[in-house]
Amino acid sequence: MKSPRTHFRKVESINGYLFALPYIFGFLALTAYPVLYSFYLSFTNYSVLKSPQWVGIENYRELFTDDVFHTAIKNTFIYMLTAVPLGTVMAILLALLLNTKVRGMAFYRTLFFIPSLVPLIATAMLWMWVFNGEYGLLNDGLRRIGVTAPNWMGDPAWAKWTLVIMAVWGTGNAMVIYLAGLQDIPQNLYEAADLDGASPWKKTKAVTLPMLSPVIMFNGIMGMIGGLQQFALPYVMFPGGAPARSTLFVSMYLFDNAFNNQRMGFASAIGWVMFIITLILTLTALKVSDKFVVYDRS
Amino acid sequence: MTISRQTITVLTLLLLVGYAVMGLEQTANRETLPNKVTVTYWSGWTGDEAETQRKVIRDFNNSQDKIFVKFLSISGLRSKALLSINGGMPPDIFHTEETDIASFAEFAGMSQARGAEQFLQRDQRAEETDIASFADANALEDLLPMATRDGIKRSDYIPIYWDLLSYDGKLCGMPMTPVSTAMHYNRKFLPPNVQNASQAPKTIEELDALVDKISKKRPDGSLELAGFLPGEPGWWKWAWGYFFGGRLYDEKTQKLTINSPENIRAFDWVGSYAKRFGVSQVQTFQSGFGNFASPQNAFMGNKVASVLQGVWMANFIHLFNPKMDWFAAPFPIPSDRPDLEGANVVGIDAILIPKGAKHVDAAWEFIRYQQTQKAMEKLCAGQSKHSPLAKVSEEFFQLHSNKEIRLFDRLARSKNPITAPKLGIWPQVADELSNALTEINLGKKSSSQALTEVQNRMQPLLDKYLIYVGKKKP
Repeated sequence: MKSPRTHFRKVESINGYLFALPYIFGFLALTAYPVLYSFYLSFTNYSVLKSPQWVGIENYRELFTDDVFHTAIKNTFIYMLTAVPLGTVMAILLALLLNTKVRGMAFYRTLFFIPSLVPLIATAMLWMWVFNGEYGLLNDGLRRIGVTAPNWMGDPAWAKWTLVIMAVWGTGNAMVIYLAGLQDIPQNLYEAADLDGASPWKKTKAVTLPMLSPVIMFNGIMGMIGGLQQFALPYVMFPGGAPARSTLFVSMYLFDNAFNNQRMGFASAIGWVMFIITLILTLTALKVSDKFVVYDRS
Repeated sequence: MTISRQTITVLTLLLLVGYAVMGLEQTANRETLPNKVTVTYWSGWTGDEAETQRKVIRDFNNSQDKIFVKFLSISGLRSKALLSINGGMPPDIFHTEETDIASFAEFAGMSQARGAEQFLQRDQRAEETDIASFADANALEDLLPMATRDGIKRSDYIPIYWDLLSYDGKLCGMPMTPVSTAMHYNRKFLPPNVQNASQAPKTIEELDALVDKISKKRPDGSLELAGFLPGEPGWWKWAWGYFFGGRLYDEKTQKLTINSPENIRAFDWVGSYAKRFGVSQVQTFQSGFGNFASPQNAFMGNKVASVLQGVWMANFIHLFNPKMDWFAAPFPIPSDRPDLEGANVVGIDAILIPKGAKHVDAAWEFIRYQQTQKAMEKLCAGQSKHSPLAKVSEEFFQLHSNKEIRLFDRLARSKNPITAPKLGIWPQVADELSNALTEINLGKKSSSQALTEVQNRMQPLLDKYLIYVGKKKP
């Protein structure tokens, strides 16, 4: 005879599965299947309107000899390697400032967080005016102090940097996470440092940064993934990676091939190459972080 | 009686599923009218342009009691049409746009700067390719048998508009509102001896001389007025070669001819404008232009004295700078190529029936109605365009809002119409040409180098595509 306890457990687990069913279905149908199918498509020629045609590794071969893809990879890495560290430093500095005890702190915190709430398209429109070569706010300011203002969005040498500046401006989300991390650091560590006569810099170096390191790692990895997937802002501000493909990022090249050029197979291959690059970078970051991240607070 | 938790869970789920099914059914019911076939029609037109089409549809719906055409304004039409055809649930009719002015109007409020303008142009460029790639995939109904049955023939139209929609012996769509293009001049910037179309530059050399004469620079070297800028509005970057007698594709040999001497000559000429005014000066000057549909438009905002534009331009001038004193004339041609007289970019909006449409006959009934002279003139006059039909009523010309409408009609009938090649990989070719032009303008590459690179990059891609669609042997 079944014990009431066993019966109860069985009912509970069935209920659990039933409630999880919509998610499981959604995951399988809308995530797992498309992901696996895109892997298959990456070995085919597929225009959406005609059936996929098996071409083996042709798409991957084309990718490795495609100068435009190489340009896109280069641009993506330059962006990621500049925007992420600069954004991290800025977010930590802001979090440190906003963690001090001054009057009206809630106002300042809101002020610095607001940019990350602005919708991407609105952000793009706003900055396009700021960076406008002839009438832009930035160039107007630069001209007033006698600096020769570049044509930010029209000059291939400057266009990418506008996106880096915008990324640093919108660092509010990371800042809030750092702020939470800072407030989580036990006060007794600072008290002990005070007793040892540590200077503010020494306290930051020996207490704050090590205790904040798991958060830095988390934000760093998320920022890196976000950087590699940068899409909406350059797509709106610099269609086709203009000028002269200086702002062409991998995800834009993927999107154009999939939906404008109807080369779904080639686009899928781009997606898989980027997935593997992201995976390798994330695993490397996790491995390297063993040396720098402090988890043990005991 | 006690109900187990499991029963409640199952009942809840059933209820949710039932609710969803009922909801779907209700939605479906709302879309059908008793005793009438509902034809769904997707279009990229919005605002006034959509309203003009709605008026014709209302006339059709009221003219009979068997068919009800339901018009839907849809953004991102091309990709939605693509996916709906692939998913087996396409609309009965959809409309592709050669020149997506509706999108410009739609985004007018948000596109406050140059980049957004380019963003929209990209959409426009993507729309242009529809016919070839859809037809290659056999995704469109051939309308020729239906047209022939009902006595509709090529000679009823200005020939180029019919030809633009003919592909591989099939008729992929029927003409709607057409495009032809001309140079628009702002009189106030022109010298006394260039005040009308007969005095306007006939040759490229005369145009260059005029530009040198009327362009103005400020004391600091920045541009104040450009007589002409090939990059404004930059919509037909692929077309410059054709004005010099070039071609981009040879259908017989299935070879691209991007780096032909004529195309190189044309791109050299376009590049000469960056040198003439200074690369950075042009960049800065252009970044100050507002979006197309605004008073800050380079031409309407008095920054360029002349611009290559389509038949719709009069409408925008009327809206954004009604006091402007302007006239239009054919775009100049090289002095050593008099045979190219009347060369101008032409295009056509088309109405198509996708494969898999549920009401092909009813859809054709509406299309046939739209092709009548009365309905076509109502649509084209409403959108300030000329008619694609060979026969045009005098009343249409007399009441038309564009004072130069006869010129655009004449240019549409020119023996040198410029049309984008019907290539399944056209979006990529157009993109590559646009990028090549930027590199030429920036002085990074010579025309010959940039165009040869495009040629070498695109030909293998075209070969691959032709093999994929079965038009070339591997």
